[in-house]
Amino acid sequence: MSRSAAAGSLRPGLVIAILALLLLLAALVSLGLGRYEIPPLRVVQILFSGILPADAGLSEIERNVVLNVRLPRILTAIFAGAGLALCGAALQGVFRNPLVGPHIIGVSSGAAFGGTLAILLSASQSLLLLLAFAFGVLSLLMVYALHALVGRRNMLALVLAGVIIGGFFGALVSLAQYLADTEEKLPRIVFWLLGSFATADYEKLRLMLGPLLIGGVLLILLRWRINILSLGDDDAQALGISVAGTRWLILVLIGLVVSAQVAVSGVIGWVGLVVPHIARMLVGPDHRPLLPASLIAGALYMVLIDDLARTMTDSEIPLGILTALLGAPIFVLIFFRSQRGGRDG
Amino acid sequence: MAEAMITINRAGHSYDGRRWQYRALDLTVTRGEVVAVLGPNGRGKSTLLRSIVGLNRPSAGSIATSGPVGFVPQDFSAPFSYSVLDIVLMGRARHIHALGVPGKRDIAIARKALATLGIEDFAERGFDTLSGGERQLALIARALASECPILLLDEPASALDLKNQDLVLGFIRQIAGIGGLTVVFTTHQPNHALAVADRALLMGEGDSYRIGTLAEVMTEANLAALYHLPVRMISYAEDDVELITFAPTFRSQFERARAERHDGQEP
Repeated sequence: MSRSAAAGSLRPGLVIAILALLLLLAALVSLGLGRYEIPPLRVVQILFSGILPADAGLSEIERNVVLNVRLPRILTAIFAGAGLALCGAALQGVFRNPLVGPHIIGVSSGAAFGGTLAILLSASQSLLLLLAFAFGVLSLLMVYALHALVGRRNMLALVLAGVIIGGFFGALVSLAQYLADTEEKLPRIVFWLLGSFATADYEKLRLMLGPLLIGGVLLILLRWRINILSLGDDDAQALGISVAGTRWLILVLIGLVVSAQVAVSGVIGWVGLVVPHIARMLVGPDHRPLLPASLIAGALYMVLIDDLARTMTDSEIPLGILTALLGAPIFVLIFFRSQRGGRDG
Repeated sequence: MAEAMITINRAGHSYDGRRWQYRALDLTVTRGEVVAVLGPNGRGKSTLLRSIVGLNRPSAGSIATSGPVGFVPQDFSAPFSYSVLDIVLMGRARHIHALGVPGKRDIAIARKALATLGIEDFAERGFDTLSGGERQLALIARALASECPILLLDEPASALDLKNQDLVLGFIRQIAGIGGLTVVFTTHQPNHALAVADRALLMGEGDSYRIGTLAEVMTEANLAALYHLPVRMISYAEDDVELITFAPTFRSQFERARAERHDGQEP
């Protein structure tokens, strides 16, 4: 019995196509879900109402709910989930470790502090995005500086630098929470940190789209280089590629994507950790199919989680709580599976 | 004078500045030449190869190569269950743009390299399901696919059975003799050096290095001094083959110990 590159029985291309189809279906159904339910076919009519001749019987409320409330929210969920899972898959490759996620390089904590600071200072929405983004990138630069100070620049030192910087910004977030007034700002900070797409609109979507597309497209293009980096520093260098340069390029791109996501929807853990594992089970460990598969699976996962978040109870459940509650048991399953079957994948 | 492919000039490497892995080494390897590196464990053979590849900078002197260097490590483990073909394809990294992926031509070259090493049937298998010897063959195939004019192999036959040892030795001879590649390999098997090398480098204690043709340096006396072992060269005149073997010392020690015990028992 061979456990070859494609772990599943289907070809990776087909798996990716099926995932994309599922995502499309999930998005259409999700657009109809909520207190004001709209059947999927009608959702399609509404989506195309701008292009096709106006169909009688489409109410303005329906159009508004679908196009202005739910569409930006679901698009934000799609982009956030896709970005997080893509980054997770890339990081796991670069660090040669299937147990790391975007939190490991400290970017999430940095971006979280930026957002917290903005709320503490009663800054505007766009300033919040800017600060989250700026501190996300700053944390990455600090990780880089710390790593450069260490004599032996290996992967472990890099992870350690990430943990240190992450811990540092984590403490600053706590400090900001401690200083925040408990009536108004503390709840805002807490809810923002827990992650939500509830306040998503086209303006925020537009802001996150730039860094997300730049980072995402370049990461996808670098997918085969990630294969080589995953062999380890020495081997990759002996194969003739610039290890440090490529790795930092990938980390900066991940920093871009994660900061943009945190800025818009708060800290959403576990997606970047769990989804790449699921994708690896479906298409195998080769990053050429793995990155696109993770991207689409991440979007699908996030849309479904957001559906749960907004329909399970009358008030919304924060995403960070749901992703952790679901992610932990899924991860346990993956863990047991991979331990039984030897290596994961 | 043939074209120099590797030029090592008074080079040395030390991790801490006190203990030297190798030191004050001079060696020039020309195009199409095969050089075997021999020496006891811990004498800096692998460190020397890593310096030539560029994985560590020599602490003293200089090492220059004229062209990219392919490297076959003794062994390595992939963190993910890549297929053998995926691993061999990675040898093509030098030829593929950072934002690109291997194309049809790269895949054809990788498959041809697998066929050369006789493991084309393993292409779709997981690299981590291979035996140590099969992994070695796959890593050699990867280096071959890299199409580097210089090839360094770190104990390429250490995990191979007899048939595959023969295959790899023949392969080395072929890529150097016909392909014009320059090959440096380390080995603990003097016979492997005898079989395929043009010259040998014996890395003795301190910086007592012997470099020369097989006839010059692969002598009983040199090898005995190198390994602190009684070493014998046996010639099979009819096949024109020379073999090197050693008489295990533990046997004579054992005999001596037994003799002493008997001595003690005598009244």
